[in-house]
Amino acid sequence: MYDVIVVGGGHAGIEASHIAAKIGKNTLLVTGNIKNIGDMPCNPSIGGTAKGIIVREVDALGGLMGHIADISQIQIKMLNNSKGPAVRSLRAQADKITYPKNMQDTLMKMPNLTIKEAMIEDLILEDNTVKGVVTSDGTKISGTMVILTTGTYLKGNILVGSENTPGGPHGEARSNHLSDQLKEYGLKIIRLKTGTPQRIKKDSIDFSVMQEEKGDKTPWTFSFDYNASYDIEKQQSCYLLYTNENTHKIIRDNLKKSAMYGGYATGVGPRYCPSIEDKIVRFADKERHQLFLEPESLYYDDWYLQGFSTSMPRDVQERMVHSLKGLENAVITKYAYAIEYDAIDPLQIKPSLENKVINNLFTAGQINGTSGYEEAAGQGIIAGINASLKLDHKEPLILKRSDAYIGVLIDDLVTKGTIEPYRMLTSRAEFRLILRHDNADLRLREYAKKCGTISDEQYRRFQKKKEEISELTNILKEKHISLTADNKKIFERNNIQIPTSNLSFYELLKRPEIKLSFLENFIDLNFSNEVKEQVEISIKYEGYIKKTYKEVEKLVKLEEKEIPDDINYAKVLNLASEAKQKLEKIRPKTIAQASRISGVNPVDISVLSVYLKKEYNK
Amino acid sequence: MNDTICAISTSLGVGAISIVRVTGEDAIKIVDSIFDSSLVDKKTHTIHYGHIKYNNEIIDEVLIMLMKAPKTYTKEDIVEINCHGGNSTTKKVLEILLLCGCRLAEPGEFTKRAYLNGRINLLEAESVNDLIVAKTDAARMLAINNVDGNLTKRIRSIREKIVKILANIEVNIDYPEYQDEVQVTQQLMNEYLTDINKELKKLVEGAKNGRIIKEGINIAIIGRPNVGKSSILNHLLDEEKAIVTDIPGTTRDIVEGSITLNGIAINFIDTAGIRETSDVVEKIGVDRSKRSAESADIILFVANNNEKLTKEDLELLEKYDSENLIIFVNKCDLERKIEIPGNISREIIWGNTIDINGLDSLKIAIKNKLNLDSIVNKDMSYLSNIRQIDLVNKANSAVENAYNALKNDMPIDMIEIDLKSAWEYLGEIIGDSYQDELVDNIFSNFCLGK
Repeated sequence: MYDVIVVGGGHAGIEASHIAAKIGKNTLLVTGNIKNIGDMPCNPSIGGTAKGIIVREVDALGGLMGHIADISQIQIKMLNNSKGPAVRSLRAQADKITYPKNMQDTLMKMPNLTIKEAMIEDLILEDNTVKGVVTSDGTKISGTMVILTTGTYLKGNILVGSENTPGGPHGEARSNHLSDQLKEYGLKIIRLKTGTPQRIKKDSIDFSVMQEEKGDKTPWTFSFDYNASYDIEKQQSCYLLYTNENTHKIIRDNLKKSAMYGGYATGVGPRYCPSIEDKIVRFADKERHQLFLEPESLYYDDWYLQGFSTSMPRDVQERMVHSLKGLENAVITKYAYAIEYDAIDPLQIKPSLENKVINNLFTAGQINGTSGYEEAAGQGIIAGINASLKLDHKEPLILKRSDAYIGVLIDDLVTKGTIEPYRMLTSRAEFRLILRHDNADLRLREYAKKCGTISDEQYRRFQKKKEEISELTNILKEKHISLTADNKKIFERNNIQIPTSNLSFYELLKRPEIKLSFLENFIDLNFSNEVKEQVEISIKYEGYIKKTYKEVEKLVKLEEKEIPDDINYAKVLNLASEAKQKLEKIRPKTIAQASRISGVNPVDISVLSVYLKKEYNK
Repeated sequence: MNDTICAISTSLGVGAISIVRVTGEDAIKIVDSIFDSSLVDKKTHTIHYGHIKYNNEIIDEVLIMLMKAPKTYTKEDIVEINCHGGNSTTKKVLEILLLCGCRLAEPGEFTKRAYLNGRINLLEAESVNDLIVAKTDAARMLAINNVDGNLTKRIRSIREKIVKILANIEVNIDYPEYQDEVQVTQQLMNEYLTDINKELKKLVEGAKNGRIIKEGINIAIIGRPNVGKSSILNHLLDEEKAIVTDIPGTTRDIVEGSITLNGIAINFIDTAGIRETSDVVEKIGVDRSKRSAESADIILFVANNNEKLTKEDLELLEKYDSENLIIFVNKCDLERKIEIPGNISREIIWGNTIDINGLDSLKIAIKNKLNLDSIVNKDMSYLSNIRQIDLVNKANSAVENAYNALKNDMPIDMIEIDLKSAWEYLGEIIGDSYQDELVDNIFSNFCLGK
């Protein structure tokens, strides 16, 4: 009898099982193939815009992804450095051999965690409450909480041209019956599609005609708890290349042969990550599309051809790849494919990630309609935490939209649902100025402490950082520059206007052209870079940050307006019928959540508010 | 559908016809019960002749307009009873309806339902109110234009522009490695912001016109006693056959009369008696005159052609010298004794109140000063109330903030914050953004019955 059973060893399952075990729950991780735990079946990178911030949030909450990416990366850079502090995000090329290996090593050493190899085909259910799982050979494993993180394995189908092969990535076995069972138990099943591009043999690529993309010369880590320990000079490069008219012609001529355009697929694919044939059909006037070649590992020779995902048959893929400059003689080691899989309708999930229909059943990752390792990890850790909290009869951890990207992600899923694989984007977060990569620990470590997912040592270090931040802020507020001749010269040398009075350093830092590093010409600031960065951002962008908090307050007010569980929407007069239907289906917990449902208009919200006031005096 | 409400929709005076309007779930059923033929199975949008009967007594001979949901003003069933005018009959019909299960409509409730049932947006709802209280033809045209959604279209188009920029920035942020997409550079952003700023300024400028059209123009007439102020006013009023209005308001209680020029109400404020005085009571009057003169849109200084300018005249001229000053020399039919000092640079209008066309020059001067010809045009879509104007101003200052931030090398992500709030403010105008008490607030400003 386990406390928590996690089904699936992908990025969601890892975080879910790890955190439950860390909290002290007797946890079982069941996976089809132990060697595939932490596998990266698609792109060889962790992070990216918005996603990199999720990785840091997972780390702040006590998860694994950040640190394992740090010790497995072969190139790392900060994206959007010039576009503002709120949208900066780390992206690392992670070694596809090292990452899973480091992950497996870590999990094997976890106390309270058992790992088993098996294919799960059914749940044990009693009175709409899950009691365990059933493996393909009929073995029953009982557990109080079950977390499904099945990825693309629910009735997975691999599509290459007109070929349709049942199975998960890497030709692994799929789960044939679990989604049918879930359907029978009352869950709505949706069918989604994603895809992956070709892998190219390294020595068949002519890199000399492509643009080299190097890693940053500044050391970075995702994790808040470790310092960078890699050789900046030894980072691998990626390469930029383009499609051309010939490529487009080959694709257009063979469009009907692709699984998607030939009508061989039924799942809905992601708009933000289109296949190359989609790009060419939808943006017909574009002369070229960007592609990247990324190394998958130091231990084998496959390079990942980012941006070229397709479901064309193999012979067309050969011609497409050979039409690219530098890939004329390329050897394709793995062909691109599309994969279709079953997922559940996220509108049937609570914000805690527990299922609305089946008690004690949690889901995370692609089964909830998302796409991406990071999105999966973010949900996984929340599912693991909430399953554990439920075992202890505690309130679930529900991150707000103003707390974390993970909060935005889950709120979007359970409020708006999704019809395509959901990817996190910075534009989905309305408060992104306070959801920065640099302050994920400040936002989330208190929650982590409360849930018991970080050690006392981690919490102590976090406290110290907070103290140093206020110490440095005070120093800058209290100390003033003295305008000596020497100091004036420093201003002149740096082409910065000399202040007219002895301003405080705080006031100086508010000037757009002055950086904290410049002020260090005048004052010794013995603080870590993280502390300095934090203080600099909060002083420099104070006005904007305050504005954002005002918006947050508005939202919080609406979040406080709770909608009673027993509300009968049929009785709310004047509600548009579409709004009525949506509200009935989603049953939002607050007015704020209701206002985010698509199809529920501001007018409907007014009507609903008036009704609540009248009926419940809220 | 909602509970059934009713109200007298025509004004409460004596007229040939007055209309009682009923809308809601049981509108047809209730009227049916007091009408002498059955309405239930009649076609929608038809008119029926008959009698309103109650307790076997014929109350009135009426025409009934039957409009079934959803193609009606409220998107609910509507029945309109055209009664014979006159307070007692109409009130009796209303009373009977109330006895039969209708509820008396709250002010603005018909329009509130039209809004809540999704037939019109917020801005259109406000315009309906404007339409009802419109005093002049131009005000009516402005309101009906906005009911039709012209202003909504303009605001939507600005919002669309902003959204396009926002989307472009988002693409740059979310896909930084895609260098082929248009990058929103400082220069490009500068162009965008200038364009939007221009559009918003047009709206703000237009708002001035909107206010002018809706509320008219206040002209304060100043001058010494007996220079002919009253006769000018009388002459104008008489000629235009305007009604002396009794519009309630703070400054308007001293309005002497209104005329319409190019369809716009021109309210004249008599400030007679601006002079130094030691009398306490008179001083209060003088102070009030001074204040109203200072808040007027135009100050009309009147002098007498037949007299020399006095020290008092010159002092007034100096005090009120501004862009908005019109100098009118009256009594040009008499011998010219007036001497105009060389230091007066404003244009001087000459005329009299004796000839039929004696004040034409003055009217032309007023029209020109206010650009009346260009204000009133066919595609009027001006903002016309304080809530709307306030929001456009907020949107505009948000855009200006963005512009300043851009100049200060703020990163694009910060600039976007201001741009986003501009977009939200504009959304609030047309009710695309949700705001808590706004709805009730707006609808309480409606007159009963509409």
